[in-house]
Amino acid sequence: MSRGFSALEPVKLSMPWEHFRHGADVGVRGSGVSRAEAFEQAALALTAVIADPSHVHGEVLVDIRCEAPDDEMLLVDWLNALIYEMATRDLLFGRFAVTLHDHVLDAKVWGQSLDRERHQPSVEVKAVTYTELSMAQREDGTWVAQCVVDV
Amino acid sequence: MDPSCLKRIDDHRWELPKTGAMRVPGVIFADEGLIRAMDEKVLEQVANVAMLPGIVKGSFAMPDAHWGYGFPIGGVAAFDADEGGVVSAGGVGFDISCGVRTLLTGLTRSDIEPVKRLLADTLFKRIPAGVGSTGALQLSPKEMNAMLRGGARWAVENGYGQREDLARIEEGGTMAGADHATVSEAAKRRQRDAMGTLGSGNHYLEVQHVVATYDHAAATGFGLREGGIVVSMHCGSRGLGHQIGTEFLREMTVAANAAGMTVADRELACAPVHSPVGQRYLGAMRAAINCALANREILTHVTRDVFHTVLPGARLTLLYDVSHNTCKVEKHRIDGREAELYVHRKGATRAFGPHHPDLPAEFSEIGQPVLIGGTMGTASYVLVGTERGTSEAFASACHGAGREMSRNEAKRHWQGRTVVDELAQRGILIRSASMRGVAEEAPGAYKDVAVVVEAAHNAQLARKVARLEPLICIKG
Repeated sequence: MSRGFSALEPVKLSMPWEHFRHGADVGVRGSGVSRAEAFEQAALALTAVIADPSHVHGEVLVDIRCEAPDDEMLLVDWLNALIYEMATRDLLFGRFAVTLHDHVLDAKVWGQSLDRERHQPSVEVKAVTYTELSMAQREDGTWVAQCVVDV
Repeated sequence: MDPSCLKRIDDHRWELPKTGAMRVPGVIFADEGLIRAMDEKVLEQVANVAMLPGIVKGSFAMPDAHWGYGFPIGGVAAFDADEGGVVSAGGVGFDISCGVRTLLTGLTRSDIEPVKRLLADTLFKRIPAGVGSTGALQLSPKEMNAMLRGGARWAVENGYGQREDLARIEEGGTMAGADHATVSEAAKRRQRDAMGTLGSGNHYLEVQHVVATYDHAAATGFGLREGGIVVSMHCGSRGLGHQIGTEFLREMTVAANAAGMTVADRELACAPVHSPVGQRYLGAMRAAINCALANREILTHVTRDVFHTVLPGARLTLLYDVSHNTCKVEKHRIDGREAELYVHRKGATRAFGPHHPDLPAEFSEIGQPVLIGGTMGTASYVLVGTERGTSEAFASACHGAGREMSRNEAKRHWQGRTVVDELAQRGILIRSASMRGVAEEAPGAYKDVAVVVEAAHNAQLARKVARLEPLICIKG
């Protein structure tokens, strides 16, 4: 699916991931030259809600697979899968390798056990919302994946 | 928001007239200043909710309303199942039954001050708080199901909390109609290490003192007096509720698309109450309410234990326990007849007025305690439900201040350590595992809760009873 990007704020190309404001919560946005890269960067933005991703080492590898009816639901499922893995394995993730085939995502993600001293995690992410949810291609061909997460 | 978009009914009631696909009008309870400061998105979301099937009377927004997901935070709407009414996972939200409970201690500030540091440190040591914290209690699958059926009553029967607490909890501590079979294994797995944990973000446990009372009869009835010490906590159904919200929001969205059902916002995905998915969601959502009630009961047990150690002889009794994110079946009068409705409150507090049959006998003449959480540097409030609020807004009131500033902005403005030091100078001890978290939750990042409370009071949704200020805050 390809359509014009029309988010509230312009994406800065120098920022492969960033946060955008939503009331009490946080918007996560990733961009890249492919859909897969945008998904990877959105995942980094998700980690950055909790802690500084540069402090997370890749010591543990987790495989994730998601399938959804469309790209946007796939983004929701992808980020929710990460939230679930973080919550149940007490991990933070810092590196992501995503492969997409239509609306099926296969990913390898690397992370590390949460260390409260080292990571200073500020808030856990409860869930991905469908607010400001979009997966779109910009005029320059880059892809942008974004949504608001509930903290 | 420009007030001219709305029809001013009086100083604290603003109507969004029914237009287009709206089935009912919208009503925002707020003063003009709050309306002006309110996000335009609130209006859009109030209108979207007003379009949902089976909605009755109005799509309401409380004085603290802000841009939420599907529903505004501070949104209240009720649906008649026999008129095609729906239940909406987005209308309840992810932190199902997140709420506040307040405990009376019988202590005064002079009892606390000599041991304040020890009390703060011991509470911090014993109350699992923040990202990655785990509870001491791990439930077997059978115990998990029993907890999801029994809520706070299960906790009491298993040695956490006291039997007399139950009457002071909505639904008597057990949400009827919970069905653990509709709760996924993933949701149960996510709860495995989370029983008896506070959570993070805006969740907290505070030791507070009563600095003012406004309605002396109600304050006395609630056991609140100036100078008295109370303990308040704000937390919810933890990972289990988050996962249930996630799964049913997706299921309702996909089902709605497949059925060609159009809603104005995907987050409003809903299902008829009289449908298999609607019924399964209700069963799971009620189980999550029980999880939240059990969680707050376990935290109460630990709090009592800490007080018993630090201040032997202190007896902590429950004032009340309210939930903010729920859908409950309630009887309300609509057009002169009593109707059974599915009342969604998303970031709103139930606020029964006097003589409501669901109130404990001792509050029947007074009304329901309405507990409004504040920030670690400002204040919380106790209000009481009114007859007008009960008849006008499905017995609902505000739930808190809401953020003024994003988490990233707050981090840029404040350093956690500085916030802790400044509050310590004001006599407020903060204990948190994360200084980054403290910076994001700095009191200045929030709107003024007093303004919201004043608006709820003036709109007569609920009446002010007491103002509480923190002395110790265990920050999630």
